[in-house]
Amino acid sequence: MTTLASPPAVPKTARRMRRRSRWTGWGFVGPFMAVFALVFLAPIAYSLWLSLFQTQLVGGTSFVGLDNYARALSDPQFWAGVGRVTLFLLVQVPVMLGISLLVALALDSGRLYGRDFFRLTIFLPYAVPGVVAALMWGFMYGERFGLVGNFNDLLGTNIPDPLASTLVLPAIGNIVTWEFVGYNMLIFYSALRVVPTSLYEAAEIDGAGPWRVISAIKLPAIRGALVIATIFSIIGSFQLFNEPSILQPLSPNYISTHYTPNLYAYSLSFSGQQYNYSATVAIIMGVLTMLVAYVVQLRGMRKEA
Amino acid sequence: MTIRHHRAVGAVAAAGALALALTACGSGSDGPSAAEDVTPEDVAAALEEGGDLLVWAWEPTLDKVVEEFEAEYPNVDVELANVGTGNDHYVALQNAIGAGSGVPDVAQMEYYALPQFSIAGSLADLAPFGASELDGTYSPGTWNAVTDGDAVYGLPMDSGPMALFYNAKTFEEAGVEVPATWDEFVEAARAIHEHDPNTYITADNGDAGFATSMIWQAGGHPFEVDGTDVTVNLADEGSTKFAETWQQLIDEGLLADVPGWSDEWFQGLGSGEIAALVTGAWMPANLESGAAPAAGDWRVAPMPQWTAGANETAENGGSSLAITEASEKKALAYGFLEYANAGDGVATRLEGGNFPATLADLTDEEFLAEEPEYFGGQKINEVLSASATGVVEGWQYLPYQVYANSVFPDTVGQAYTGSTPLTDALGAWQESIVSYGDEQGFTVSE
Repeated sequence: MTTLASPPAVPKTARRMRRRSRWTGWGFVGPFMAVFALVFLAPIAYSLWLSLFQTQLVGGTSFVGLDNYARALSDPQFWAGVGRVTLFLLVQVPVMLGISLLVALALDSGRLYGRDFFRLTIFLPYAVPGVVAALMWGFMYGERFGLVGNFNDLLGTNIPDPLASTLVLPAIGNIVTWEFVGYNMLIFYSALRVVPTSLYEAAEIDGAGPWRVISAIKLPAIRGALVIATIFSIIGSFQLFNEPSILQPLSPNYISTHYTPNLYAYSLSFSGQQYNYSATVAIIMGVLTMLVAYVVQLRGMRKEA
Repeated sequence: MTIRHHRAVGAVAAAGALALALTACGSGSDGPSAAEDVTPEDVAAALEEGGDLLVWAWEPTLDKVVEEFEAEYPNVDVELANVGTGNDHYVALQNAIGAGSGVPDVAQMEYYALPQFSIAGSLADLAPFGASELDGTYSPGTWNAVTDGDAVYGLPMDSGPMALFYNAKTFEEAGVEVPATWDEFVEAARAIHEHDPNTYITADNGDAGFATSMIWQAGGHPFEVDGTDVTVNLADEGSTKFAETWQQLIDEGLLADVPGWSDEWFQGLGSGEIAALVTGAWMPANLESGAAPAAGDWRVAPMPQWTAGANETAENGGSSLAITEASEKKALAYGFLEYANAGDGVATRLEGGNFPATLADLTDEEFLAEEPEYFGGQKINEVLSASATGVVEGWQYLPYQVYANSVFPDTVGQAYTGSTPLTDALGAWQESIVSYGDEQGFTVSE
């Protein structure tokens, strides 16, 4: 008889349980979501908000809609910067990833004496903070007292000052390559380490030479890592800032205030007080970077499938 | 320099705070800042009563001034903060003013940066506190730089009347006379470089402060400011004079391509490879500390002239202390300003190596008789003080000179790489200045 009363009670607790479990998940992700909203979404939203206004020294702040975007899209200084980092991307990234791949394959081949030493040495520049690296190279590039100067004195050559000519972009490329070869090498190397050795044994039985092993086993196996490293490098190139910013005082006439889009955004807000336009430039650059990275990712994945 | 009153009033609708400040200083009527009735007694009372003061400055001699000030007025607690030098300082200040919190009561202001903040209404007019009575206390060049019509936006701290600093040994070895005119300077540049191809008469790879001072000395008025009306003409007679002379030095490769204040620069000054500098009177202390190997070789001569026999000079650098409009303790802050820049603080700063802006000190016999060993016992202050009396009057900086100077390398700097003539490069600079001014709501004409 008592069972009469119990049936409705069961669904009630179940409902309560279900309701509770619906919120349990949020309880777990809540802290993350709060931090995520605060440090990721809020700044983006604030930048978007900023980009819709214009603040003048005379006249104060006014809502201008998408005017800032229209201006940026037809701003030759902005596009010159985009062109420069694109050129940088097309030349520096293949060189850097090529060297990284070569080093990773060499380390993985097992034929290198002192493998751990090389691995550590090549990775070491990545441990040097970017600002310090740029400062250090700035010294070395010096024509009078730097390495370049010493070279010229020693060999009687006449290498032009890398910072006082159009060689500035290659000089920056050199710094970035030096810094990040080790990092990318490590990505490739760790991807190579997880290739099952049985594949190599099978290849050996089939009579495949080392080049064949590389092209048929190793490279396909690390395609995912290659795509990832490429995407990181694209983002890095588009966001080029540290090196030109540090070298600017040494070469003010060749590294303009709009040398790269990020440097442009920085100059706009910090010496021009054009925060609104600066936010616009940053947003456009962010979207552009995302697009390019996405296209590369799509292409990389499609081949893999 | 007078502010056209009707214009300022007309701008009220559009310009908010700025116009308010302009109207206030034009009519001296309303606004929270117009503390008309502040008497010296009020300032003294504020000093007696005491309180906290926040001062943002990087001038090193102020440390001692603050110490002594606090000893004299024990109820006042001054916090001296160095938030950066030059541009970093202005960025921080602009941000604090924009945010409306953390604004210091007193801020160091280089003369070229002062108009940018005063025109935006960020600085308090000190005339109601009695600052106008200090007219005549300071050298005309510096007083002109801190005043706008009847308004006084800061008290001069130091000054930089220009002179020719040169390495006598290098000049002697090359058998070159010290140039008295700019034509002679070009001749000397050739002779020195010919004598030793590693030696240059001076280092310059494009410096906005130097270029504007050169134009100033040549009698140019490239920037004219009247309230929010700005006229820019970097092709006037003075600018052209400078451009044509300097072009010869660039074309013939007679300038060391070394950025100022870099390690290479100091090395060159110490080794004699950079033989001369035309710069402000605050330079001696920097030479002594940065170019120690050349001790005894450096001398000071009057700035080269455009017309032989003249004494026309310009200011280069130098700064003042100003009170922010946001400060709630203006009377107290003014007490500190007066102490540091017109009172006992001046002597303390001079001891620390500051070059004075105060006329009394510029003509002080003891000061003039100093014979620093670094300069071979030459009475350099006689030369430097004489320069202060020759500063060409009527010079104005842009109300956004900080920005204009930041894009100087993008435009004028290109002339130093040889890719464009200096006159064209000045034109490009003018273009940037005009378009920025338009964007910021100024009425810019060329």
